[in-house]
Amino acid sequence: MSLMPSEQLIEITYLIATALFILSLKWLSSPSTARHGVLAGEIGMALAIVGTLLHHGLEYKWVAIALVLGTIIGVPLGKVAMTAVPQRTALSHAFGALCVTLVGTAEFYLRAPNVSKFMMSVLSLEVILGSLTFTGSLMAAGKLQELLPQRPITYKGQNIVNLGLLAVAIGVASQLVLHPEKMYLFPLIIGIPLFFGVMMIIPIGGADMPTVISLLNSYAGLSAAAMGFVLDSKLLIIAGALDGASGFILSVNMSKAMNRSFSNVLFGAFGQEQTTATATQETKPVKSATPEEAAAILGAASKVVIVPGYGMAVAQAQHKVRELYDTLTKRGVDVKFGIHPVAGRMPGHMNVLLAEADIPYDKLLDMDEINGDLPQTDVALVIGANDVTNPAARTDAGSPIFGMPILDVDKARTVMVIKRSMAAGFAGIDNPLYYLDRTLMLFGDAKSFVGSIVRELGGGGTHG
Amino acid sequence: MKMDLLTSLYVLMLAGFIGFEVIRKVSPLLHTPLMSLTNALDAIAVVGAIILAGEHKSTLSTVLGTIAIVAATSNVVGGFLITDRMLRMFKASGPRKP
Repeated sequence: MSLMPSEQLIEITYLIATALFILSLKWLSSPSTARHGVLAGEIGMALAIVGTLLHHGLEYKWVAIALVLGTIIGVPLGKVAMTAVPQRTALSHAFGALCVTLVGTAEFYLRAPNVSKFMMSVLSLEVILGSLTFTGSLMAAGKLQELLPQRPITYKGQNIVNLGLLAVAIGVASQLVLHPEKMYLFPLIIGIPLFFGVMMIIPIGGADMPTVISLLNSYAGLSAAAMGFVLDSKLLIIAGALDGASGFILSVNMSKAMNRSFSNVLFGAFGQEQTTATATQETKPVKSATPEEAAAILGAASKVVIVPGYGMAVAQAQHKVRELYDTLTKRGVDVKFGIHPVAGRMPGHMNVLLAEADIPYDKLLDMDEINGDLPQTDVALVIGANDVTNPAARTDAGSPIFGMPILDVDKARTVMVIKRSMAAGFAGIDNPLYYLDRTLMLFGDAKSFVGSIVRELGGGGTHG
Repeated sequence: MKMDLLTSLYVLMLAGFIGFEVIRKVSPLLHTPLMSLTNALDAIAVVGAIILAGEHKSTLSTVLGTIAIVAATSNVVGGFLITDRMLRMFKASGPRKP
């Protein structure tokens, strides 16, 4: 009983940490308080770790070495370029899942064969979700970093193989729940989900990454919550539930933004489905314009909406776009940005890239906010975005993207599209926007084209 | 044990609801920092790993616990660092420097 004060103290640090975690997320609701949120999270985390270290009878040697090593790995991961944030995030999901899986494995071998049915169920859930999230996230990170091919890889019967794998893992887990003494089965509920994680991501293409990263985020959270049940830690259950809820909300957002269901993302292999839509191959006339002409039109406009897509980030054009924003703003033009939820490779990625280029966040509007403005807009300038501006999503019931919410750039008085060539976008779908009377195609590299427009307008140069 | 379990389920349910209500209010503007922050918070799993490695109940548990601490700590450190870096970049328009 002499331990009591110390144990109580530890529980109190956990309680305070939990409150700080919730406040941390609450403060993230607005950019003005968001940084307090990070601070609250950091204090909560520090309290919980210090509290845990007070735990009676711990040997510190390995713990200390591991904490130092983790910090050494973590610092460079906190300093990656903003374009690399999606793969960094995927990698951190993998690390989180690794931690959960290893702890679950150790707990099983410490307790087996005396494991209650409930304990074995949550343990199984913990390691199955943990291992599939681990390899799945590594695969996602590899694809995003372009270490692995980005194109979806599909084969006949893929979904049956994947579902079969999952079913086998669940079957083995239920055997273990009923007979925890069959300890030789345990490696299977790690091995099979590890393999499943790889197979699950193989058929998923680059444009589906925002949904997949969110979904993996949700799994990582749920596996941590399951670990909370195993260790009987309320703190962990709550942190896992918060993470799981966040990942779930983001996944739903992303699926809605693409008008697709979860199962469609996971089992659909979007990029592969070259439907009959590509049958119309005749070359239709388009109007193109030079940087001088584009500059003249932009300079004369009073309202401009810029619609950036992932192509802008690939071309590293965001700093030139900022110069354009500065130049036009100085001339009294009202410039705003319209951001589609799936622009970029993870939720909100485009906002981060534009904020990094020093564009004020109150000029970054999401799809629902900007669509009302577009009919009163003089020029909509599309940079590196394609499918998210495709009016066929509204009008052509035969289009593969029919029903997907889009940015209504075709309602602006003039539409300008910066594009390398007339090649079709990621999904291989033709975009009727390009053939409209009011559309001017600006052919070229986004970065140099925007640079030329800025020079024509007589601005730029100061921010090199 | 049964009561403990039930309490834990209540905690899970309430935390789920709080999560939904709080996170729904996060502006789409900040969805990337949201994900990196929840990721850092989720790495609170490190407390379980610390106890596992520190209690030294078996060689296996110490080894696995130690690796788990490394993985989770890198998420804590990296996650908070990058979230703060991102949030520092979000500035409102106002009087701009030349």
